[in-house]
This record gives sequence, C-alpha cells and structure tokens, in this order.
Amino acid sequence: MPAINETVDQVKSVEKYKYGFVTDIDSEFAPKGLSEDIVRFISAKKEEPAWLLEWRIKAYRHWLTMDEPDWAKIGYPPIDYNDAYYYSAPKSGDEGPESLDEVDPELLATYEKLGIPLHEQEVLAGVKNVAIDAVFDSVSVATTFKETLAEHGVIFGPMSEAVKNHPELVQKYMGSVVPTADNYFAALNSAVFTDGSFVFIPKGVRCPMELSTYFRINAANTGQFERTLIIAEEGSYVSYLEGCTAPMRDENQLHAAVVELVAKDDAEIKYSTVQNWYPGDENGVGGIYNFVTKRGACRGKNSKISWTQVETGSAITWKYPSCILQGDNSVGEFYSVAITNNFQQADTGTKMIHLGKNTSSRIIAKGISAGKSQSTYRGLVKMMPKADGGRNFTQCDSLLIGKECGAHTIPYIESKNPSARVEHEATTSKIADDQLFYCRQRGIAEEEAIALIVNGFCREVLQELPMEFAVEAQKLVGISLEGSVG
Amino acid sequence: MLKINNLHATVDGKEILKGIDLAMGFGEVHAIMGPNGSGKSTLSYVLAGRDGYEVTKGEVLYKGKNLLEMKPEERAGEGVFLAFQYPVELPGVSSMNFLKAAVNAVRKYRGENELDAMDFLKFVRETTKMLNITDDMLKRAVNVGFSGGEKKRNEILQMAVLKPILSVLDETDSGLDVDALRIVGDGVTALRSPHRSMLVITHYQRLLDHIIPDEVHILADGKIVRSGGKELAVELEEKGYSRYTADAA
Repeated sequence: MPAINETVDQVKSVEKYKYGFVTDIDSEFAPKGLSEDIVRFISAKKEEPAWLLEWRIKAYRHWLTMDEPDWAKIGYPPIDYNDAYYYSAPKSGDEGPESLDEVDPELLATYEKLGIPLHEQEVLAGVKNVAIDAVFDSVSVATTFKETLAEHGVIFGPMSEAVKNHPELVQKYMGSVVPTADNYFAALNSAVFTDGSFVFIPKGVRCPMELSTYFRINAANTGQFERTLIIAEEGSYVSYLEGCTAPMRDENQLHAAVVELVAKDDAEIKYSTVQNWYPGDENGVGGIYNFVTKRGACRGKNSKISWTQVETGSAITWKYPSCILQGDNSVGEFYSVAITNNFQQADTGTKMIHLGKNTSSRIIAKGISAGKSQSTYRGLVKMMPKADGGRNFTQCDSLLIGKECGAHTIPYIESKNPSARVEHEATTSKIADDQLFYCRQRGIAEEEAIALIVNGFCREVLQELPMEFAVEAQKLVGISLEGSVG
Repeated sequence: MLKINNLHATVDGKEILKGIDLAMGFGEVHAIMGPNGSGKSTLSYVLAGRDGYEVTKGEVLYKGKNLLEMKPEERAGEGVFLAFQYPVELPGVSSMNFLKAAVNAVRKYRGENELDAMDFLKFVRETTKMLNITDDMLKRAVNVGFSGGEKKRNEILQMAVLKPILSVLDETDSGLDVDALRIVGDGVTALRSPHRSMLVITHYQRLLDHIIPDEVHILADGKIVRSGGKELAVELEEKGYSRYTADAA
C-alpha cells in the first residue's frame, strides 16, 4: 500500500515531533464554515434524537451572543470561525465498524505509528490492561475491550454510540457539570461537538482496567470538538487517560473540548492527560489552539476527583480542569506539568470550588518555560459559606530555561467561611550552572542533563500518572525541551 | 597518564593559575596541598572543564590526548572524575536514577552496553555496602538533605561505579568527622589500582593518613612551589603554610 509507505517516510522525516505525519485517507467533510445548518448537518450525520439537536441549536444561538474571552495571558490573531471544517470523518468509518476486524487497515497503521495498538492482543506501553477508544478527527474509529468491560457493567465507547444506546444517561448528565452557556468555547463545543468518550461505572465496581482515549487530528483546516462524559456511581473507581497528537502544519487548528466528570458517594475518578498536540515550529508557525473546559463534580460524600495533566504540546493552551466539591468530605486534586518551548503559550491551572463540609483540595502545578515561550498558572480556590473545615494546599513552582521566556503565577483565593484554611506556596527557579556541570562531569550530556533535572522538578506530578504512562511522559519531557539550550 | 605543562587559567579575568607543571603516571596518587585561595579548586575545575574557567596558556595531556579540547561529558567518558568539594543538589532526581544515567552515559561513550535496572542494582549494591550507603539514601534526591558525610560518601560511590582512570578529589575531607573520614579514606583506598590515578586536593594532612600519596605538591599563589614524598605533608602539618604564602608574595 503506497499510502502507508508515504506515511512511514513522513514519520522518518519528522524528528522532533514524531507524531507530525499525515495519514492519506478519504474523508467526508461538512461544508466549510459554521452556521445553524452545519449544526444540523452534524446532528443528522450522527442520527441524533430531536432533544439533542435542540440542545445544540440552543447552545449555538447562545454562542453567537458571546464574546471570545480575552483575560488569559495569551496572544494570537483573531480566529475566523468560518474558515474551518467542523466535521471530518474517514469514509470507511462512516457507519462505525462493528468489530476491530472491520477497522480500515490504514487507520490501524496510523495508530500503530502513534504507538497505540488497536489489536486487543497487543499491549500498550508494556501493560495489557488498557482499553482504548480511538478518535480520529470527528469520529471514534475503534474501541477495544468493550466486551470485557461489559461483563463488569462498565460502559466505555464513543459518545455518539452512547447517545443511541444510553440516551437516558447522556440526557441526564451531559451539560450538568459544564452547562452549554458556561463559556465561549464550551458553548461552541456544545453546538458542534462530534465524538469523544462516554464512560459509566456502575455502583460498587472498580473498573478492571485503565481506560484510555486517544485523540488524533488528521484533516487540514479542521477543528476537533470532542466531548467526554464520565459517570462514577456510588463506591466505584475508574482511572482514565487521554492522549492527543496532530500533524505538523503551518496553519493553526482549533481544538475545543469539553470534559465532564460526575462522582457520586464514595466514588473516585482519576483523570490523566498527556497532551502532545503539535506545538508549532521553532519560529512559532502552526500548532494547535487548545481551548478546553474540563470540570468534575464531586456530588457525593467522600467522593474524589483527581486531575493529572502533562501539557507539552499546542501553540496555545487555555485549560483549567476544575473540581466542584459539593459532597461533604469530598476531595479534589490537580497535578500539572506544563512545558512550553519556542513560541508556545500556556495559560493553565484549576478551580477548586468548596461547597460541602470538610472538603479538601490539593494543587501541585509545575511550569517549565524555555525558548521564547510564556507559561502562566492561573488558579482559583473558593471556600463557600457552608464549607466548614474546608482545606486547600496549593504549590506552584516555575522553572525557567534561558533568558527569553516568562513564567507567571496568578492565584485567586476567595474564602467566605472563617473555618476554612487555604495555603499557597510559589517558587520560581532556574537550572543552575553548577547543576548542569555536575551532571556533565558525570558523563551526562547537556540536553539529557536538562531532561533529568526537569523530570526531577516534575517528579511529584509525574508519579501521579498511571505507571505505564509515567515512563512515556518522562521521555516526552526530554523531547519537548530539545533545542532549548544553545 | 597526565601531563600538565605551564598551565595558566583565569576566572572572571583574574589569573588564578600561573604556570602549573605536573606529571603523573598510571597507578600513582598525588596530593596537592595549599592554603586557601592558592588555586586548588580552580585546578580541579579546569581539569574537569567547567565553563568560566579560561585557560590562557599551557596544555594538559591526558593519555596523550589534549584534554582541554574535550567537553566535560567527553572527559567523563574518557575516565576523568571530579569528586566535588560541594556536591550539588538535584531536587527530585533520585540518587539511583542519577547514578544509572551517569553510568549508562559513560558506558555508551565507551561503546559498552547500557545496563538495565536489575543489572544496575546488582552492580551498585556491591559498592554501597563498603561505603555504608543505605538503599534509603539511593532513593532520596541527589544530595538533597544529605549530611556532609553522606554527600562525600555519595561522591565516592559515584567514583566507584563510574570506574574512572583519573580521579580528582577536591577537598573530599572537608566537613567530615573522624568516622566519616575513615569510611571515605577506606573507600578511596579500595579503588586504588595500577591503572587508576588519583589527584587528592586537600588543605589538611589528615586525609593523607588514610590515602597514602606517592607524591605531595604544594600549591601557592597559582604555582607548584615544592614537591616531595609523603613526609612533606607531615612537615606542612607541623610548620603550616605561612612560609609558602610569604614566598609567593
């Protein structure tokens, strides 16, 4: 198959961003641009029920009345929302494959190149127990281990399938954590969202394997607007990981996702992200604009939601995975590593909203800036009047590499309850010359030494990742900083 | 093995080394003694290739090669090791990881196989016992929260696992109590071999009770002003450095 060879060659030519290749595959697009007709087109493509179309239209109409937010410390030329495609699906995946055997070999080859095997007998990162949902542009192309999971009552698959098979769950929970009118990009997503993953863990079930969704943007001039919903019933547990990559292109592409998590009494959701969208080249040309709304609701008592993110990609990252700590004794955690190099800009952090009694939250954010990049931590900790005994600990550390980058820490703290305790610590440091020399004297070359020191700096966060991904993340830290020293 | 000819070096534009001559053979241990500010640490940094230490004149031949042309990591690969006077902290980097990265980097440079985690553990365990280094210490971040003695033992551990040909020990005795000094001294002595040379830089004679040198050189104001056998160290201990500093001035 010549197309596959072409893909292989392209992979070889890409050294620094090894996921930058394009798969040559026949895709079906919606007409270019954004309008109510496009929203209807997407809904019709997905054969959605009337309530969902109405929901989308309402979101779209509201979006038209909103202004793009401008408070983040990021700069970019105006986005022309009409100059993009809002739906792109491989033709072969139109109907959705019934089994893995039916998946287009071209797609399988693509995911293999990305290191994501879609054959169940293969292992991901040396570990067998990972179920994968693979989303390619606007559609899910394959989901593994569905049957195994179904035996435990776990539902894991594409959102569009969940709309068909479990409409009552989708209707009940979608938009309940991030309402359609929540913010500009969430409204846009609500109008045009295509696929994403849906996860339901029944009462008392500990999900028997890691769940993972792998997002891939392939088509040019196309935005990806996925929507993920995870529901953990009473006493259940799930660990979920998402990964993201895109081809290298000179134009910027928009990614605006919404993720909603719901944890009931005694339930725990661990949500990890390794975000490696194409960051643009060393001159700041191209790269993904990543505007994402992620929020988890700890609705039940003793529930826990933990966000871990490793953000190395994207030209622009605008993302604040948050927790609403509603249930008494509920726990929210946010562990973040954000690495920016060259001309990347990241404005990321979290919001911890304490509503219930004895709720606690922990924020550990590590920002590493190199090249001419800018990295901002922006975080809100809010103790509401009923959050008796609420506690928060925040630690923000920034590491600067070189002289032309910037790091900023912007904490917002609001406490309306006198018994609540909020702690905030922040540091900014540089890799010291003596640290580099010490490593080099031991035989470790400069770039490897930087990767080692930066990995040490991020250790508290990286160790929160599921073990099978932590090693990959460590390598990614090194790769992201390549060329950061002269 | 090592031949230093008329070495001059400056730091921040100020000349610190003013014409050092030194020759060492394989298997030899030489001590360099001298008062504070005589250029002892500068000499060790110049040999290891630290940025900011500019050689203005002279040459250093190591195994017949021009040492000064090599990057610090290449010197390490060629077998040059510096035990730091003030070992550097690397927060979050476990000592074990650091050791493994260093050993594998050097092995790679020498065209040897990199060791996997299990082999490496075995390899390290042989040495940690001798130096009284616990597994707990290996799990901790490099030099972070280490006592003075732990830091120096950690340096000797690195030296032992990296198997250098030329080891430069920069005031390895500073900050050590009597017991720690003995452990470090024994550790270094155990590493002596006919194909391994050591340059022991120290202010005091006491380390040389544990590491018996073949030759002792006195460095004062950037020059070697006197060389002799180990008895020279004893003489220094009794009479002090004052006559050398006065001479040089």
